[in-house]
Amino acid sequence: MVDAILFLLFAAIAVVCAINLVVQTHPISSALSLVGVMGALALIYLQLGGEFIAAAQLIVYAGAIMVLFIFVIMLLNAGKERKLPRRLWVTYAGVPLLAGFIGVAAFVIERMLPPSPGAKFGAMTHGNPQEIGRSLFQVYLLPFEVTSVLILIAILGAVVLASKEVE
Amino acid sequence: MNFFIVSLIKSALVAFVLLTALAYIQWVERKVLAHIQLRVGPRRVGPHGLLQPLADVIKLLTKEDILPSHVNKFFYFLAPFIAVMFALISIAVIPFGTEIKIGSFSTPMQLTDLNIGVLFILGLSGIGVYGVALAGWASNNKYALIGGLRSSAQMISYELPMAMAIAAPLLMLNSLSFRELVDGQGGFFLGFIPRWSIFQLPFPQIVSFLIFLIAAFAETNRVPFDLPEAENELVAGFHVEYGSMKFAAFFMAEYANMVTVSCVAALLFLGGWQPLWPVEYGSGFVPTIIFGIAGLICFSHALNPARPFDRITLPVFGVVFLGIAGIFLIPIAATILLPLFWFLAKVGIILFIYIWIRGTLPRFRYDQLMNFAWTVLFPLAIINLFVTALTVALTSK
Amino acid sequence: MPEISLPQSVPLTWYLILSAILFTLGVAGFLFRRNVITVFMSIELMLNAVNLSFVTFSYKYKQVDGHIFSFFVMVVAAAEAAVGLAIILTIFKNRQTLEIDEVSSLKN
Repeated sequence: MVDAILFLLFAAIAVVCAINLVVQTHPISSALSLVGVMGALALIYLQLGGEFIAAAQLIVYAGAIMVLFIFVIMLLNAGKERKLPRRLWVTYAGVPLLAGFIGVAAFVIERMLPPSPGAKFGAMTHGNPQEIGRSLFQVYLLPFEVTSVLILIAILGAVVLASKEVE
Repeated sequence: MNFFIVSLIKSALVAFVLLTALAYIQWVERKVLAHIQLRVGPRRVGPHGLLQPLADVIKLLTKEDILPSHVNKFFYFLAPFIAVMFALISIAVIPFGTEIKIGSFSTPMQLTDLNIGVLFILGLSGIGVYGVALAGWASNNKYALIGGLRSSAQMISYELPMAMAIAAPLLMLNSLSFRELVDGQGGFFLGFIPRWSIFQLPFPQIVSFLIFLIAAFAETNRVPFDLPEAENELVAGFHVEYGSMKFAAFFMAEYANMVTVSCVAALLFLGGWQPLWPVEYGSGFVPTIIFGIAGLICFSHALNPARPFDRITLPVFGVVFLGIAGIFLIPIAATILLPLFWFLAKVGIILFIYIWIRGTLPRFRYDQLMNFAWTVLFPLAIINLFVTALTVALTSK
Repeated sequence: MPEISLPQSVPLTWYLILSAILFTLGVAGFLFRRNVITVFMSIELMLNAVNLSFVTFSYKYKQVDGHIFSFFVMVVAAAEAAVGLAIILTIFKNRQTLEIDEVSSLKN
């Protein structure tokens, strides 16, 4: 039962932060809400037995990519977004429709997923770094090398884009 | 239930000891810097200034907590909170010694032994960057913003060589959990050379140790890499708008980061709590000898004291040191305290090196700092990792 | 006070529903926000939702392949963030605006 309480707590944090991301006007509040979502998701990955993925989420996503986002927001001095005059019935119709859509999706998921045991903390023991390393360097070696070339291309692209002078 | 109560007691003990140690590391730093610069340092508040940290804490707590009107209030409050929280949480995975066995009750001297302990510390130091960046942004002040951005850019630039310097001994020790890393560094070569990472074949990790120390200096924003928080260059950088307790929070976070990084260096490279030479040759008597000599020096100085009140305080210190030396002779206490002594000695040596370098070196300019990270330290870390991997692959069956 | 009984182990559908909620919120942010950095962050939210889905199914079949896929998604997201933010910086240098509605000189 502790698993369920913990999951509901982290899921609530993730959903609240995601709603905050979409609703806030200043990009820095949105960026920090996204860091909150990533932290909550890292804790949920721990519950699902993905220790390496949880650590990678914290190190790579929350610790490097989001810091890059925050740098860009601070450097560009992005201000609050201008509010467009939006008709009120759009909000009143949109939010229930969104909730309805999510309800339909939940119903379909419940129907389509074959019965499987629930998630308990500690039931999955294959998420440790040894297993990931074994799989990454034996089965998925080619995608691993290809992603390293991809990152090299991304670095070159970013450096070229950032150094081009504006005429 | 038993596990929860024991963990709670251990957490309270570790938190209390850590916070006291943070205050006293500042005392040690001021005294050592003073003696390097041929002056005396704090000596009025208590004998030899030992109550100076207490006076500092009282001052910081009772100062008026100003909230400037032009700051972004939510982030202004959040930034020191993030900085301190993630700096203090990292102590949870650091093992201080072997198990404590009292009768039938045994518990390891560590709050939690995660099997991804090293990744946990790397992740937390990555999130600690947010405290600095947000402090610079929330202060709504161009000096603070520049200081905050520079400091966080420096921290993420040096995270890369640090992670690669950490990866090299991990290749030889094959684990990410701190307790297994230290257990893998036990034993001795030829009977007397300790099997620490810096001495371990096939490739002694001396270069990794140096790269890790340099990157750690930059991660914790210490001299020679402390331009973003220099008082005379940038009006103290990202914490210029913070006063009293929040300022104290940033300093606590910096010292806690220093302690964490020194502990990680001692665990990964210097063998954690493994002794320097085997116990059969008498390394169990090292703490007794050291504290005994300290006590005798105190007594000999008490015979002709420099100041009148030293006639009282120096013998007291002498008695305390001789008492500690005596405790190490009791066999039951020695099995618990001896690994703890070796670990704390290694951490203390690295902290002393931190303070020593602060008193000796000038600071880098910001572009020299970033240039050094990306063009010197990062290729060196890659080459080191490559050579380690090559030697491990060639010598393993 | 009604008796709420929570299950002993968390059903996997709950994780998938959470993933669906996060993905939908990401799409909503992508469609409705005008600041280009917020749009980019909504894309990252969608990628995170998909990661959760991968890890859930990896738990169901007790294999590590879902974690590997999730890892690759993170790597690709990192590369995309680097290049995307460089493009945003260039747009800002050229147009001095961060609203995607105003970068429309190829329209009509």
